[in-house]
Amino acid sequence: MSLSEADHELVVAELGREPTPAERVLFENLWSEHCAYRSSRPLLGAFDSEGDQVVVGPGDDAAVLALPDPDAADTPASDRGADDYGDTYVTFGVESHNHPSYVDPVDGAATGVGGIVRDTMSMGAYPVALLDSLYFGDFDREHSRYLFEGVVDGISHYGNCIGVPTVGGSVAFHDGYEGNPLVNVACVGLTNEDRLVTAEATEPGNKLVLVGNATGRDGLGGASFASEDLGEDAETEDRPAVQVGDPYAEKRLIECNEALVDEDLVLAARDLGAAGLGGASSELVAKGGLGARIELERVHQREPNMSALEILLAESQERMCYEVAPTDVARVEELADRFDLGCSVIGEVTPGNYVCEFEGETVVDVDADFLAEGAPMNDLDSEEPTRPERDLPTGDLSDAFEAVVSAPSTASKRWVYRQYDHEVGTRTARKPGDDAAIMAIREAAEGEALDGTEGGASGDASGTGVGLALSSGANPNWTEVAPYDGARAVALENATNLAAKGATPLAAVDCLNGGNPEKPDVYGGFEGIVDGLADMCSALSTPVVGGNVSLYNDSAAGPIPPTPTLALIGTKRGYDAPSAALDADAADESALLLVGAGGDALGGSEYLAQVGGSDRFPTLPKAPGDLVATLAAIARHDATLATHDVSDGGLAVALAELVTAEAGADVALPDRVAAFDETPGRLVVQTTDPEAVAELAGDVPVFRLGDVTTDGTLALSIEGTAVEATAGEIRELRNVIQRELA
Amino acid sequence: MFGVTVSVVQFGGSNCDRDAVRALGHLGVDAERVWHEDGLPDDTEGIVLPGGFSYGDYLRAGAMAARAPIMEEVRDAAADGVPVLGVCNGAQIGSEAGLTPGAFTTNASARFQCEPVHLRVERTDTPWTAAYDEGDVIEVPIAHGEGRFEIGDDAYDDLVADDRVLFRYCDADGNVTDDANPNGSTGNVAGVLGERETVAVLMPHPERATLPDVATSTDGAGILEAFA
Repeated sequence: MSLSEADHELVVAELGREPTPAERVLFENLWSEHCAYRSSRPLLGAFDSEGDQVVVGPGDDAAVLALPDPDAADTPASDRGADDYGDTYVTFGVESHNHPSYVDPVDGAATGVGGIVRDTMSMGAYPVALLDSLYFGDFDREHSRYLFEGVVDGISHYGNCIGVPTVGGSVAFHDGYEGNPLVNVACVGLTNEDRLVTAEATEPGNKLVLVGNATGRDGLGGASFASEDLGEDAETEDRPAVQVGDPYAEKRLIECNEALVDEDLVLAARDLGAAGLGGASSELVAKGGLGARIELERVHQREPNMSALEILLAESQERMCYEVAPTDVARVEELADRFDLGCSVIGEVTPGNYVCEFEGETVVDVDADFLAEGAPMNDLDSEEPTRPERDLPTGDLSDAFEAVVSAPSTASKRWVYRQYDHEVGTRTARKPGDDAAIMAIREAAEGEALDGTEGGASGDASGTGVGLALSSGANPNWTEVAPYDGARAVALENATNLAAKGATPLAAVDCLNGGNPEKPDVYGGFEGIVDGLADMCSALSTPVVGGNVSLYNDSAAGPIPPTPTLALIGTKRGYDAPSAALDADAADESALLLVGAGGDALGGSEYLAQVGGSDRFPTLPKAPGDLVATLAAIARHDATLATHDVSDGGLAVALAELVTAEAGADVALPDRVAAFDETPGRLVVQTTDPEAVAELAGDVPVFRLGDVTTDGTLALSIEGTAVEATAGEIRELRNVIQRELA
Repeated sequence: MFGVTVSVVQFGGSNCDRDAVRALGHLGVDAERVWHEDGLPDDTEGIVLPGGFSYGDYLRAGAMAARAPIMEEVRDAAADGVPVLGVCNGAQIGSEAGLTPGAFTTNASARFQCEPVHLRVERTDTPWTAAYDEGDVIEVPIAHGEGRFEIGDDAYDDLVADDRVLFRYCDADGNVTDDANPNGSTGNVAGVLGERETVAVLMPHPERATLPDVATSTDGAGILEAFA
């Protein structure tokens, strides 16, 4: 890819001359789809990113949110006032590493983790949790398995090594990802009012200091590589555009960054990601309305004879760019040395242009703002998607049940999360495999130190701080059938995951993945998922504070389904939550309820994916904000013993997942739609006080599903046909990934 | 038991150092992180080698850290009777440094495994297990890719004869079986004593089974209480 003729003309008009070779490549990368969001920015205005909790919204390396005080943590965000938020902050960001993960799954996924963790660090935060949403082609295909195993291995090795727990996420298989898997990684960091750093350069005369790995010739042109369709020979041809990560260097960089922030030495920070040093340094000064003078030969290098262009554009990993006061430079150098990291003072902030010199020659001299923000936006044609008709097959119900429960997309992901260290940091109160993870933010309680090394509140069994609940994912079957409603459902589903553990949403970030936007039907679907996510997040009073767009996920096999990964965080008081397993001891004195209105269709369901047929997407519930608040209140009620949300695979799968070797369930359902419909916004609840649930539910419908039993068997009756499975049989069905890949 | 001030040694790549300090703090033990290049503080009365990936585990797990200068000080302190506990990567460092017998190598699954396991307490007359009764089954999580305990046949016989096995992987009822062995360790060994019973290493993470606000099991607290 090179600079288009139209862009070239714009650049010449601005500069009044031909761009130098280095400038040409800088514009090509920073004005690429990946960096400049040329095809998506016109749509992104749909997102509402405001709220009392939002300290730093979209546009920085990561968003920053204030946590509510523990007493207000259960209250829906729409009912809180500005005074309800304290000075403990979390950062939140998401990134895609799709193309690199196709070409080199292990390193591609690993560097995706590294990049989003550095985005967290550049806000002055310590990374405390990772979430990964992964999408692959059909699980039966050899190549999908190769990519799946490689990606999980890359995330596992890098994330485990740097000591950041991977606490949640999602994995989906769909033939649309055959030629283009997706790796979407979100990271949450912890900071506070005093430690917050931004990527906005502050004052001319300050030094720009590069800390971390030496720069080599790796990852040249990664941003523009990410902005093209994958060629058929991408696996061999594009390998040089994939960077290789070094988690040991990243871990030392995390500790060094923490020490720099401890001593208040960082005035602004930006991590080096897409377009390398050129991208990070120009964006840093552009955000402050300033310029820079950089001497490229000062950059510490790993290879001899690197050209100006290579130094400027290489995407070598594990590097940070800091703005530092001249008097603090010596101390920064000392701390970098302590953690065995390279450090070079590469130049300084100026009031003028963004200027790079190399061996006495000026190789770049442009207005930083024009470089960072000047890319023109694309105006693309779109086509509305069509709605499928109802054509429901009637096959054997037991076979259908088994197929849905053992479908790799709905089956157990234990094989995945067992490879992730999900407990390092000793904050993980609710682990992967549950509806949502819960992290203990003890710092939000009175008198706790940020580094969490004081004993204090950890003595209380339920915790006195804020429980931070996390969920991420998207369902490609939903958005393939109905981009707009499917994306709304994705947002509601993530919020329902939080509500199942008693938490209310605080903020979301999104990763919008699509095919080639120059195809009108692809762009139409993409428009649908953007508007759908935006509308549901508004309805949930949840600001969308950051995100990432990944287009051109298109290959010889065709475009991916439009995939709106949403990562959502929410809060509750304390870290406790009801179990996602039925309680056999209380079988006699408890009721099994479904809270929330069922849908009326099977479009986008795993059931249809397994047995064939088509249907429109179900109607989603009205007033979703109130619904989620109601579900969360029911989950928090003292008499609630178990909760589980209804989503992939419908009620049949939700019930199967609730059954244990001791506790079973006896449930009658009127028809297949009731059994397999995936409408989100519903919880299965085991409670000893059904009247209390009815009272809390108000207008939200509550159905009595049946009884909890003590035989460890799920006994379903669907349309009068009996479908039975013991806990052992269910475990075996759900164990498909472990069995195939062990 | 010891009532000591504990230094938690942080190498580049350690990542359970803060967790160890927090868990010890919860038990009322005075503990602080010590950067390996700074050496042990004079007031060190107990030592934890925490989990993580020291030096990225780029050679053998623990091999590089075992040769760092601070380990000379740790060995001297251990010889003087200062209690030393190695956890996970700290266990790998401890065995590489010759503090304890055997070696920890790649799991039988060849994959990283993060999950709760059951341990049978083999001895109760050591500082690390005084909180338990003999035959107790405790639940403590593991998180490692190289936790398979390997040792020569003769050395294993000596280890058993000297009664230096602290914990074995077992099922929920205390049966030491192949199915309950998460990583293929010889004799299901999860933790061993050094030459002195004040030195111990184990692969499972007691600091992750100590804090009642997050942990599903707090069975690991008994091990750390040795320092209290």
